[in-house]
Amino acid sequence: MQPFKPVLLEAVGVPDGNTLASYRSRGGYAPLERILREQQPADIIEMVKASKLRGRGGAGFQAGLKWSFLPKDHPGPIYLCVNADESEPGTFNNRILMEDDPHQVLEGTMISAFATRATTAYIYLRYEYPHAWNRLQAAIDECYAAGLLGKNIQGSQFSLDIYLHRGAAAYICGEETGLIESLEGKRAWPRIKPPFPAIEGVFRKPTVVNNVETMACVAQIARRGVDWFTSIGVPADPDNPRDPGSYGPKLYCLSGHVEKPGCYEAPLGITARELIDGFGGGVWKGRRAKAVIPGGISMGLMTEAELDTPLDFKGPGTVGCMGLGTAAVVVIDETVSIVDFLHNSCRFFAHESCGQCTPCREGTSWSLRMLERIRAGKGRLKDLDILLELGNTMGMMPGSTICGLADGAAWPIKNAITKFRNEFEDYIKRTNPEGWMVTDPVPALQIVGAH
Amino acid sequence: MPIVIVDGQEIEIGADERLNCIEAARRAGVEIPHYCWHPGLSVVASCRMCLIEAGQRDAETGNVSMIPKLVPGCQTPVKDGTVIVTESEKVRESRARVEEALLIDHPIDCPICDKAGECLLQDYHFEHGQAERRADIHPFTSRKRDVGPTVSLFVDRCIMCTRCVRFTREVSGTGELMVTSRGAKEEIDVFPGFPLDNKLAGNVVDLCPVGALGDKDFLYQQRVWFLKREANVCGGCSAGCSIYTEHNQDTVYRLKPRENPEVNTWWICDEGRYGWHHLHDDERLLTATRREGPAGHAGNGSPAAADETLEWADVVGRLQTDLQAAGSLAVAVSPMLTVEEAWMLCSVARSIDPEAFLALGHVPVAGDDETFPGGFTIRGEKCPNKRGVEAVLALFGSGGHSWNDLLAHVAAGKASAAWITAGYPKAWIDEATAATFTGLACLVVQDLFDSPLMAQATWRLPAVGFAERAGTWVNVAHHAQSFRQAIRPPAGVWPEGRLFWNMLGRRGLYDPVAIRQELAESAAPFAALAGEMPAIGVDLRVRQLA
Ligand SMILES: Cc1cc2nc3c(=O)[nH]c(=O)nc-3n(C[C@H](O)[C@H](O)[C@H](O)COP(=O)(O)O)c2cc1C
Ligand code: SF4
Repeated sequence: MQPFKPVLLEAVGVPDGNTLASYRSRGGYAPLERILREQQPADIIEMVKASKLRGRGGAGFQAGLKWSFLPKDHPGPIYLCVNADESEPGTFNNRILMEDDPHQVLEGTMISAFATRATTAYIYLRYEYPHAWNRLQAAIDECYAAGLLGKNIQGSQFSLDIYLHRGAAAYICGEETGLIESLEGKRAWPRIKPPFPAIEGVFRKPTVVNNVETMACVAQIARRGVDWFTSIGVPADPDNPRDPGSYGPKLYCLSGHVEKPGCYEAPLGITARELIDGFGGGVWKGRRAKAVIPGGISMGLMTEAELDTPLDFKGPGTVGCMGLGTAAVVVIDETVSIVDFLHNSCRFFAHESCGQCTPCREGTSWSLRMLERIRAGKGRLKDLDILLELGNTMGMMPGSTICGLADGAAWPIKNAITKFRNEFEDYIKRTNPEGWMVTDPVPALQIVGAH
Repeated sequence: MPIVIVDGQEIEIGADERLNCIEAARRAGVEIPHYCWHPGLSVVASCRMCLIEAGQRDAETGNVSMIPKLVPGCQTPVKDGTVIVTESEKVRESRARVEEALLIDHPIDCPICDKAGECLLQDYHFEHGQAERRADIHPFTSRKRDVGPTVSLFVDRCIMCTRCVRFTREVSGTGELMVTSRGAKEEIDVFPGFPLDNKLAGNVVDLCPVGALGDKDFLYQQRVWFLKREANVCGGCSAGCSIYTEHNQDTVYRLKPRENPEVNTWWICDEGRYGWHHLHDDERLLTATRREGPAGHAGNGSPAAADETLEWADVVGRLQTDLQAAGSLAVAVSPMLTVEEAWMLCSVARSIDPEAFLALGHVPVAGDDETFPGGFTIRGEKCPNKRGVEAVLALFGSGGHSWNDLLAHVAAGKASAAWITAGYPKAWIDEATAATFTGLACLVVQDLFDSPLMAQATWRLPAVGFAERAGTWVNVAHHAQSFRQAIRPPAGVWPEGRLFWNMLGRRGLYDPVAIRQELAESAAPFAALAGEMPAIGVDLRVRQLA
């Protein structure tokens, strides 16, 4: 593995690295000042397009392309929302960026606002992040005091206010249109699309939603240039004109059964095995991995045999996972029962489904209750088929739901049952020797909720 | 004209029509099942029952390219060349799965559910569901709680379509209802201390596609399959909302809004909705009586003359005789009467006294018009046919005569007989006003209930209520709607129209349609009423302008 000097995590471990002075000493805000002096919004959109930066929030959509969907010559206001709701299980890189280098996030936000002609930016911060709140608010205050926020920043025509908004403590608040609803003071029920936020978002105005890490990348692209960014990562497949490649550094959140869990910066495309062994010191206690979540629980599972898959935007998909997601890699060692894993996953999604769409609301709850019954020794092989059917039919991809939460709920079910079917069958036969083959409905257990 | 292809069938839609797939399919006679979508509310596309396959036919090549995934019919607009497939295997499976999902936590307590028989969950399950229940989950019990003075929520029957929530946000603008919790634990509720209590609240019960919201006024009164419905018009105010009177054996059980884009769209107000109870009030006047002597209270020394109860057939002739004997006549034409009745009444009056003074009856008013954020308006004028009666009076050269003019006319001693039609569901006249008529040689009062005026009358005639009447009413916007009788009046009571018809010496059964045709042919202001009346009515001014 080639050595890689952290860029996004530069400030980590630096005493007072979160302050404006420290950030400036690393070259921060000089790019912003130069842009305000010399460049036009369209130049920045071009720059970000050229960098092929893909959003770090989960979907991997190209940031520059998203910005270019904003209506031309809109009289405003246009809003920028920084998605700092970070609640995908296993994910914590946004928190580290906001706590340890809030100015990097803010500079990226300012440059992005300049590019999109937004004069108001909201940072929608996960409710459970009080430390990040304090650090961000302190940094915003410093910026106002230093004339980096407010009216006519640095004597330019550009004005920007950044508001920190504390989230409503639900996973669904991170879905971009759920976020918008929540920001407007409503229940975070994702909106139907179209219209997409770029046309009609916050307060029914054109809106861009981007992840915290995406903002940090924008700041670094502005500082270090497009060539620097595209020199890192996995180039686009020349035979596939629709592949935008996977460029730039990425913050991988490594957790679970590894010796050294943590947030590690590496070029996009590092394999799961390199990450676990190189950064994480290997699976803990000298054990083997049974499965690895590639990018947050929504993305599904890779088996030990699939660990050499590159963790770029394309890799996880080649082994049946949904995608790179948030690059939150969770290691599950060989002692863990996949039945327990899936139960835990189903519990999460049943608890977090916003409850709008029938297939997601009932599907997540039904799958949880089936897993509860299986774990209570009343499983039937037939349950696996029903679970798989739920997994295959629930979600935006089959068209049965409004947002991607349901796809995220479906993927672990699909992956666990197809990749570990033997384990499920053994478990059911062992724990329910009398009834595993029964096909009639069995009397239900007392209902245990998702709480 | 744009062409839409529904299950292979080509239909034409209007060039500027903005239809979704549900509406377009309906034109082709294809029903796309749906719960959350309602034409009067915003689109949320959340129930997922209306998932279909959609695609586009290329205008040049005729090739059809389909969207690979299912799309919600409610959220998908149609345009020229849109292809809709509603009966593919994929669509059918998806519907069956949605039905299965909706029934996982549903108590399936149809036998004790008031909605049974008109429940979309039942209907769709029958049509689109699967026979076997795969979920082995004990449904919740049937919990019930009040969400307001008129509406109960059967919590576990709810399928979370949120129509009711959207109604209170978008139409009534009162926002009482909300969703609490998440996922399968979600429930509809009100905020503590803010019950569902607004003037349009009852509509949420109509909107509920399942048995979750129950109207306390109707709950457990009648199984819906015993009800018959008649297209009627609400008599509660001058908006004249289109309604269905739902009844069984001459008893009304509930009123429901009847969709009418020209008048009330999909809604009615609660005052109208519950405004039928007076029809079955024990206090209603049921017999026609006559008394000798001048109008007024007994108490002038002589004992009150005894009331003589009359058969209706006798009323016709003797009333005529009495009025003829009494001399100059003043007539109040109630705005509760139909156009047909008003026309006949005026004709009768003029045949008895060619100089008869004709005026609009009392117009009850309660406050100002009230418009809700969704555009629905409750009128302050609490009668259905002021415009219609005014137009009839104008035909008789009495346009503009009001109730107050009539009072002044009588007070000035210009009348020796008065015929006051009323038919108001509520008390409407005080002692002092009634005293105006004291001493008249003949005072005919036709009303639903006793009143200070009735106490004075020499002729007391029962009137009928809105559902017992047939004819045409003209609302505040000059929109005329014709309707038939929904229930028969209480035994022995003649609708006003029947009395007038007989007093005009017409033969056979009272036929309001014949009267309407005569009126339309003979009187230009009513020309629009000619022929078959559309269910949504006509604008009375249309043919006059043309
Ligand atoms: C259920 C769900 C939860 C999500 N949560 C987050 C989140 O916490 N943070 C985030 O940045 N994106 C989240 N997303 C992705 C956002 O919808 C959106 O794609 C992203 O914020 C766009 O930013 P990006 O283009 O910079 O990645 C979530 C998506 C779904 C479906
Ligand atoms: S898919 Fe699930 S979480 Fe997303 S909008 Fe539908 S019910 Fe809510």
